[in-house]
Amino acid sequence: MSALPTVASASMLLPFTLLAPLVAMLLIVFLPKEETKTIKIVAAMGMFVSLALSIFAFYAYDRVLGGMQFTLTIPWIPDLGVNLALGVDGLSLPMLLLTNLIGFSSIYASWNMDKRVKEYFILLLILIAGVMGTFIARDLFIFFLFYEIVVIPIYMMVIIWGSTKRVTKEYAGMKLTIYLLIGSAFLLVGMIALYLAAAANGNPTFMFDELAARQSLYSPGFQKVAFALMLFGFGSLISMFPFHSWSPDGYAGAPTAVSMIHAGVLKKIGGYGLIRLGVYVLPLGAQFWAPVIAVLAIANVLYAGLIALAQKDLKYVVGYSSVSHMGYVLIAIAALNPTAATGAVAMMFAHGVMAALFFSMIGFIYEKTHTRNITELGGLAHQVPRLAIGFMIAGLASLGLPGTVNFIAEFTIFIGAIKVYPVQTILGIAGIIFTAVYILRAIANVLFGPRRSEWDHLTDIRGPELVPLALLGSVIFLGGIFPNILMGLINSGVTSSGLAKVLETVSQAKMGGLF
Amino acid sequence: MVEFNISTVFMPEVMIAAMSMIVLAIGLLVPRGASKGIMPLTTFSLIGVLGYTLYDFFYGAKAVFLDGMYMHDQFAVYFKLLFLVAALLVVLSSRDYVQKFGEHCYKFYSLLLTATLGMMLMAGAGELITMYIGLELMTISFYILVAYLGNDARSSEAGIKYLILGGTSSAILLYGISLIYGLTGSTELAQIASALGANLTPASFLATVFILAGIGFKISLVPFHLWAPDIYEGAPTPVTAFLAVASKAAAFAVLIRVYLLTMNSQAFSLTGQTLLIVLACLTMILGNLIAIPQTNIKRLLAYSSIAQAGYLMVGIIAQSVAGVKGVLFYAMIYVFANMGAFAVATHVADQQGSDEIKDFAGLWRRSPLAAVVMTASLLSLAGIPPLAGFVGKFYLFSAVMSQGYTAIAYIGFVMSMVSVYYYLSVVKVMFLNDGKDLPDVPVQGAVKATLLFTMIITLAIGIYPTPLAQMAFAAAQSLIK
Repeated sequence: MSALPTVASASMLLPFTLLAPLVAMLLIVFLPKEETKTIKIVAAMGMFVSLALSIFAFYAYDRVLGGMQFTLTIPWIPDLGVNLALGVDGLSLPMLLLTNLIGFSSIYASWNMDKRVKEYFILLLILIAGVMGTFIARDLFIFFLFYEIVVIPIYMMVIIWGSTKRVTKEYAGMKLTIYLLIGSAFLLVGMIALYLAAAANGNPTFMFDELAARQSLYSPGFQKVAFALMLFGFGSLISMFPFHSWSPDGYAGAPTAVSMIHAGVLKKIGGYGLIRLGVYVLPLGAQFWAPVIAVLAIANVLYAGLIALAQKDLKYVVGYSSVSHMGYVLIAIAALNPTAATGAVAMMFAHGVMAALFFSMIGFIYEKTHTRNITELGGLAHQVPRLAIGFMIAGLASLGLPGTVNFIAEFTIFIGAIKVYPVQTILGIAGIIFTAVYILRAIANVLFGPRRSEWDHLTDIRGPELVPLALLGSVIFLGGIFPNILMGLINSGVTSSGLAKVLETVSQAKMGGLF
Repeated sequence: MVEFNISTVFMPEVMIAAMSMIVLAIGLLVPRGASKGIMPLTTFSLIGVLGYTLYDFFYGAKAVFLDGMYMHDQFAVYFKLLFLVAALLVVLSSRDYVQKFGEHCYKFYSLLLTATLGMMLMAGAGELITMYIGLELMTISFYILVAYLGNDARSSEAGIKYLILGGTSSAILLYGISLIYGLTGSTELAQIASALGANLTPASFLATVFILAGIGFKISLVPFHLWAPDIYEGAPTPVTAFLAVASKAAAFAVLIRVYLLTMNSQAFSLTGQTLLIVLACLTMILGNLIAIPQTNIKRLLAYSSIAQAGYLMVGIIAQSVAGVKGVLFYAMIYVFANMGAFAVATHVADQQGSDEIKDFAGLWRRSPLAAVVMTASLLSLAGIPPLAGFVGKFYLFSAVMSQGYTAIAYIGFVMSMVSVYYYLSVVKVMFLNDGKDLPDVPVQGAVKATLLFTMIITLAIGIYPTPLAQMAFAAAQSLIK
């Protein structure tokens, strides 16, 4: 990583990464809608550029130097103090890479899309660019702007290309949208309050590091209130109990690509926001609410895990399982120490890759068999072995098998959290049993068992359909076998961004908390 | 004090007045077939006046005319720009619609111009009687415009309703003005402010309420909003658009001036402030909630425009430069967003003869541009980035929060998220179904240009709001030093 010292100052890298899907989107707007093949290829090319650039950024990032790199700052709305400030550090770079891995795979997971292809890929590319923008923004206003951009394409994609099972797709789409928007309304109030408090001595700013540097301007009482607002906003995004109910319905109603992106990266914006904005800027607020988060996190793990046990629809199983796994991220954030924070980011990455792979495999199963009901499926490994491999990799990663990146992440979280919340952490570890039960049962019932002749006509995934499996599957093992590729970066992010320092000061005062 | 010079003060007003007369004369003189040229004539003269006003905003001499009777400050010029833009967009987007009026179409344009003239007078008025004259000029033009579809019972009904209710509200406003005059011996805003002093008397309280009710009627503030849905639904759609956008903005111009200059004295600001807060919150809540069950696009937009008036009130409550700037900024982007939505509604209703929301089904296939523009406009009204509405709401609510009214910002943001629900239900209808049994809606010529223009501006201001924000700031500063 010591090579390419000048690259770290390559300020146009991130704008290009962000613009590639948008340029592809614009090209698609001007393509005739019958040219579905061309549209798909253009979309894939746009995402390929983004993916290549973000992999390059991942390697060119100087871990020794740390901090924000590839920065670009353009004053945007001077009277509000908004800067178009982009940059990545060890916390956001994994998320950027994750977005592009999933974005690229999601294009291929939608390769067989034949209904209103043009609109579909336009919306999908806007969605991916929006998610990417939130992770590379160094300015709260820009962060929020990108976050809200994402909501509407998702709604449109769910209602047009979604599927109606237990709930109608219109209901699922609207529920998801309203939850996220009401959450964001509170987030907005919190954000303006923070902005006004930070601008008390003039010189308004939205920059994350500037907001954090003005700690002295936020009274403890203010921090508690502002953090509560952020917790509500980001908590509903990361599907924190009890604001989680949009998530399984939304995933079940959404088309495959949206489920992948939503479960894979979008809900991680909640966790990322809680760390970047909540803990980093409002440490006293975080300290006050941490015990509450820890309890809710365990409710996530156990409650959603129990519900997942009772599900028959594969998408609901994975949907509730993703709600359950977000509990680990939340307890790691609540633990307020560097180890757990590293684990939280790693877990978001690991879970993202896993969930995207899972949803893409379920998408293929549904596309081929037209059912997602566990009881109707069976013995698929006989007919579609490659699909079965993908499904198993995702399943095993989901239950945290050693050798997968998920194991590393969960392990780090437990090490970090058990010092602070022994009881909750042990309950959380017990939650893995639920995961094992519902995942193994799904694998057993869907893939194995006697050969069933009704599935003999199925063709295995091949060609472009293999991309999600190859890409995401290899990331799962690569991260699991060489954890330092990922963990080293996150660790450097936690230390160099000043987060570790903040955590040190708050954790001294806290030990104990509510329990 | 700059000495009287008509060319610095009255230029746009004189030009618009002259144009309305010329359009009327030409309409009467030329043979029927030749009256087709009136629409381009109106368009180009509006563009000309708009260009001059824009120049005037940045470089023109600013003056107070006749001891404060008429103001020519950047605040007034900003609003004049807004009215002219709105009038221009109405003229452009309603080209096909107005053709239906046949030989009466020239009167339509003439009345549109007199209404614009009335609004411009309202924006410039530094004194209550001048303000009232402008208001009546505007309102009377609207009485006729609302009832313009002579053989449509709904339009006539709307015209009569507007006449009666508008007349009542004018009476109330006049009563308030007369009370003020009785109390202070002046109708000039600056003198009223100094004469009223800090004492709250029953009479000054009544006057506050009456003036607020009179102006509140025009901006359809709850509880003076009941006329709006019926009249918006019955009026010809271009007129509805103009009524919802420009007449509301004109009333806001008056309200800002009257409230911030006159009611600035202790007695007024305390009563007025409480009233405004209550009314603004009610307006935001009721406007948005009642919009949810609407099935007619014009009624939906009517309730949405009631809610939008509530957001704008928030900026006045802030009583600061930032607040007024927020109002000015939001009013301008509201013009583009609302005109975009109404232009689509006008066009679609014109082509298929219905303005029920369900008849927008499958618009994405029948007319992709119209569907996209409608979506962009509605989402801008809802305040979803990267469209202009988001930045506008941010200005408004950050201004009011910096004055300590956090609860209002909560209500505003939560209600604007609620509004997403009904805006999206229109979007859903347009994009979800195929609308197989409905005709194609081709968009061409002036209408297409209007649609593209409103959408591009809405997007451009949302992405780079700085130029408009600077204009709004300059205008706000010219009002509050």
